[in-house]
Amino acid sequence: MSDTSNRAMAAPGVQKSKAEAVNAADTRELYKKREPIYPKLAHGKFRTVKWFVMAVTLGIYYLVPFLRWDRGPDAPDQAVLVDFAGRRFYFFFIEIWPQEVYYITGLLIMAALALFLATALFGRVWCGYACPQTVWTDLFIWVERAFEGDRNARIKLDRAPMSFDKAWRKVGKHIVWLLIALATGGAWILYFHDAYDVIGNFFTGQAEPSSYLFAGILTFTTYTLAGTMREQVCTYMCPWPRIQAAMTDRDALNVTYRVDRGEPRGPHKKNESWEGRGDCIDCKQCVAVCPMGIDIRDGAQLECIQCALCIDACDDIMKKVDRPTGLITYETDDNIDRFQKGEKPVYKFIRARTLVYATALAIVVAIMLGALLNRSELELNSQRDRNPNFVILSDGSVRNGYNLKVVNKANEPRTLTLSIEGDPQIETRLLGAAEDAPMQLTVDADRTRDFVIYLTLPPDAIDGPREEFDFRVTDTRTGETATTPSMIVTGAER
Amino acid sequence: MSEHDQERERDAHSGTATTGHEWDGIKELDTPLPRWWLWIFYACIAWSVVYWVLMPAWPALPGLAGETDHTRGLRDHSERANVAEAMEQLHATRASGFAALEGASIDDIENDPELLGFVRAAGEAAFGDNCATCHGSGAQGAIGYPNLNDDIWLWGGTYEDIRTTIRFGIRSEHPDTRFSQMPSFGRDELLSNEEIENVADYVLSLSGGAQDASADALAAGQEIYDMQCVSCHMPDGTGDRMQGAPNLTDQNWLYGSDREQVINIIHRGPYGVMPAWEGRLGDATIDALAAYVYLLGGGEEVETAANRPTGR
Repeated sequence: MSDTSNRAMAAPGVQKSKAEAVNAADTRELYKKREPIYPKLAHGKFRTVKWFVMAVTLGIYYLVPFLRWDRGPDAPDQAVLVDFAGRRFYFFFIEIWPQEVYYITGLLIMAALALFLATALFGRVWCGYACPQTVWTDLFIWVERAFEGDRNARIKLDRAPMSFDKAWRKVGKHIVWLLIALATGGAWILYFHDAYDVIGNFFTGQAEPSSYLFAGILTFTTYTLAGTMREQVCTYMCPWPRIQAAMTDRDALNVTYRVDRGEPRGPHKKNESWEGRGDCIDCKQCVAVCPMGIDIRDGAQLECIQCALCIDACDDIMKKVDRPTGLITYETDDNIDRFQKGEKPVYKFIRARTLVYATALAIVVAIMLGALLNRSELELNSQRDRNPNFVILSDGSVRNGYNLKVVNKANEPRTLTLSIEGDPQIETRLLGAAEDAPMQLTVDADRTRDFVIYLTLPPDAIDGPREEFDFRVTDTRTGETATTPSMIVTGAER
Repeated sequence: MSEHDQERERDAHSGTATTGHEWDGIKELDTPLPRWWLWIFYACIAWSVVYWVLMPAWPALPGLAGETDHTRGLRDHSERANVAEAMEQLHATRASGFAALEGASIDDIENDPELLGFVRAAGEAAFGDNCATCHGSGAQGAIGYPNLNDDIWLWGGTYEDIRTTIRFGIRSEHPDTRFSQMPSFGRDELLSNEEIENVADYVLSLSGGAQDASADALAAGQEIYDMQCVSCHMPDGTGDRMQGAPNLTDQNWLYGSDREQVINIIHRGPYGVMPAWEGRLGDATIDALAAYVYLLGGGEEVETAANRPTGR
C-alpha cells in the first residue's frame, strides 16, 4: 500500500500522507498493543539543529574519557574519571573526595533548576533535543532508515513476506544497533577506569567483572530502549511528562499548531482560492514525521516530546503551497488565544515562575562556586573517646583520648605541627611520635591518616567539668592550617 | 483479533474481552498481563533452568548425587568452601602483621605507623572478644576489675609485665601464674570487727579520707596495720607490685572507696582471678593484646632499653 497519493496535488512536490496518529488520545485503547511508528525523515532548520545536538552530545559522551589532564605523577591523568577504587572523582581541575559528594548534589540541583527554567521558557526542549533517550532513538532511526529506507519503504518492508532482501536489511540493522549499544555501554565504563587501559583489558578478558556487568546492562538498555521501546519510554516510563505540567504554563513556548490559521482544514488543489478556509491542507506530513505517533493538531498532549520535527515538515509544505511558514511553530497557549481574537502576540519571558527558577539557580551556582573556591586542601577532624569518657590517674590528673583524622587533599606529602590552642597546661602524648618531635605529623600525598593522642590535665588545672580548646595543625612548609574545636572532660563537678 | 476473541463478549467500556465467568451480573475481564511483565516471567523461567544446571539445586536420594544429598551443579559451588577460603585469605593477610610483631619492642611498634595501626586494630578486636567481658569494652574496668586505661598497675605496667600477666593470668591454674593472697581477716577471725573498722579508717586516712575518725581509732588502726599489712602494702602504704599489693595512698580503689566497702574487703580478703591466656590465644595475639593495653595510655616505659619480650 502506498502511503503517498499524487492525486489532487496541492502543489508540485507536496506529498499527501495517509499517516494516522497511532497514539492519538481518542483512538487509543487502554490495553492496546503497541503499533509501530515509522517516522519519516524531516528536512529543515530544527532537523539540522537536532543533527548538530546529536553530534555534540554523542561526541561528548564517547570522547571525553580520552581527554587527558596532568595532575602530577601520583594521580590519574584522565580528565573526567570516577575512580571508585581510589575513592576520588576527577573533573578537569576539580578533585572530589567521597565526603564532598555534596558537590555532586549541588550539580544535580543545578541541573534540575536549569531544567525547570528551560521548561518554563521553551517547554520540553530537554526532551526534544538533549535527552539521551531522544538522541539515541534518533540515531537508531537513522540506522534503520539507512538499511530499510524511509517511512514508506519501511512500512512496505514490514508487510512484505520474508525474503533474502528483507532478512539482510533486518539483520544488518540489528547488528549495527547492537554495535552502537555496545559502544554506548562500553563508553560508560571508560569513565570509571583509565580509558586506554580498560579498552585493552575489556577485549582481552582482563577487565573487572563490574566493567562487563555495566557494559552489558547499558548495551541491553540502549538496544531495547532506543531500538524497540522508543516512544514507550517517554510515554510510560519517564516521570518527566507528568512533572512538566507543573513546570510549564500558558506563557511557555511550546511546539503548537496555530489553530487560528489552520482551521478549517481540508485538501487544497493548486490555484484554488484560500479564502474562507484554513492554511492546513491536511497533508498529514506532521503526523508522518512524528516519532511519538501523535497528531500535533490535537493540541498539547502528554506524548509530545516537542522535537519540532513537525515544524520542519509543515514549513516545507507551506513553502510549496506558497503560504507563510509557521503554521506549526513555537508559540505560547495565551498567544494562540490572542491570535484567535485578532490580537497581537505578547511574550512574557520574565514572569514570577522564571524569576524564581533563575534566582534559585543563581543562588545555588553562587553557593557551589563559593564552596569550590574556598575548598581547603587540609582538614582536621577530632573524635574524643567516649569509652572511657575520662581516666583519672594516680596523681589526680585527668586524661582523655582522641582520634585525630588529618586529610591531605594536596598532591604532595605534608609535614605538620600539631598544637593545642587555648589551654597551655594540657600535657600531650601523641602515639607513634618521634622523641625529638613529639607533636609532628606526616601525611602522604592525597591521603587521610589517623593519629591517637592522649591529653592530660594536671589536678591543679582542673576547675570545671570540662576544658575547651582547639586542635590545630600547621603545615611546616606552606603555613596552611586547619583547626577543630574539642574539649577535655574532667569528671569534676561544677 | 483471533476467532476466539470474537466469540467472547467484550466489555463496552474498556473494549477488553471477558473470560465468560459471571457472578451476579459481574463479569470478569480477561485483561492481558503487561507484556514487559510476561517477558520477564519467561526470562525468569529460562534463568531457573540455567541455574539448576550450574548451581546446587535439587535434593536427590542419597547416593544419586555422589556424597551429597543434592545435585552439585556444573560450577560445583559451595558456600562452605568459599567461607573457608575467605578465612584462609584473612589469616594470610594478617600473617604479615603478626610476623612483624614477633620480637618487636614497644618502641619498635610505636615507631612503625603500619605496625602501630595493626596492633591497635588486632588488639582491639582480640580485646573485645576476650577481655571486654570483665574489663569493659573500653577497658574502663569495674569494681574488682582494674581499669586498664590509667597509670595504676597491680603487677606492673611495662609491655613485658602486661604480656606476662596476660600469658599466665592472676591466681589462675597456670603453674607460672602471678599469685598472692590477702587473708580474710574477719571471716577467719584474725581480727575483731572493731579492729577491722580501725584499720579501715587508718587505710582511708593514708589518702586523705576517714576525716571523722577519732585519733584513738587511727592510732589503733595503725598499730594493727604495722603488724598485719606492712609486709605486702609496705610501711608507707604504697604497695608492692611483686605481690600485686595495691598502693593504698592513691585515689584509686579497686573494690570501692566507701568505708563500708573497705571494711568488707578487709573482712573477706579479695581473691580476684584472671585466667591464663597462653594456650588459649596465640603468642602473636597476646603480643597484640599487650601492646594494645599498653597503648591505651597507661603503659610504663622501662628505664633500660632492653624491654624486648623474652621467653618465647
